[in-house]
Amino acid sequence: MSFRSAVITFPGSNCDRDMAVALEKISGTAPLRVWHGDADLPDGLDFIALPGGFSYGDYLRSGAMAARSPIMQAVIAAAGRGVPVLGVCNGFQVLTEAQLLPGALMRNADQNFICRDVSLKVENASSLFTSGYQQGQMIRIPVAHHDGNYFADDQTLERIEGEGRVAFRYAETCNGSQRDIAGVLNDAGNVLGMMPHPERAVEAITGGDDGRALFEGAIKGLVSA
Amino acid sequence: MKVRIHVSLKPGVLDPQGRAVHHALEGLGFEGVEDVRIGRTVDMKVADDTTDAALDDMCQKLLANMVIENYRIEKLENAA
Repeated sequence: MSFRSAVITFPGSNCDRDMAVALEKISGTAPLRVWHGDADLPDGLDFIALPGGFSYGDYLRSGAMAARSPIMQAVIAAAGRGVPVLGVCNGFQVLTEAQLLPGALMRNADQNFICRDVSLKVENASSLFTSGYQQGQMIRIPVAHHDGNYFADDQTLERIEGEGRVAFRYAETCNGSQRDIAGVLNDAGNVLGMMPHPERAVEAITGGDDGRALFEGAIKGLVSA
Repeated sequence: MKVRIHVSLKPGVLDPQGRAVHHALEGLGFEGVEDVRIGRTVDMKVADDTTDAALDDMCQKLLANMVIENYRIEKLENAA
């Protein structure tokens, strides 16, 4: 069975190619490329990726404009049908702005753009996206963002923690995120948003391949399903 | 009709930008600044028959992020 995925490109996306390369390298099939202005997604998708970047120049709020673009209406509908959606960095911001994930991503607490490898702890290894990891595993994944400071009210934080929806947590001081949350799942478990960039860590030659297991786990889970 | 939307961070939401500006004001020697919060204003020109409900809808669907922000709608005197 072939793996049919799509990478959405917004004006200002800049990690869409990295995402496409990672998906092709690991699944063996090149993802379809979808433009933000398209009203429909290709049929029969197994996986949708929202890449990093600065969609619409971060106008208004990071991810705010992209979340209201034509293609996002189709992505929201697909997510509702259970199609897996991965949003990385700006993709995570778009997912929160589209209300597919709880919370919001605010300016980093120290006001600086943070661009380095960080240590993450895998908090929930039972989701589709994290099944390639061990529970509690420590991994190194690069971050590159200005607005990665995760905020949600206390009630929401309690709920997502209680439901095991914190997928990844920073294991070191990073951006001021509440409870060091780096990645969040939706209640159905088919939508993951994360600030760190797994697609930039799929080959040892680029400084590490700890991101590879995310794609391998998800693809294995979907193809064998 | 001219409308000004004031978008501000909800109380309790940390404002790193406001904190940095607060610090800079103190650095310039200004005393007695107790707190700085930075928001955004959106000035719009809308049809005269635009309803309050429609303005609320615009704020809630796009202009403010209700997870972290509040908004206030101010109708400005028509300058004409």
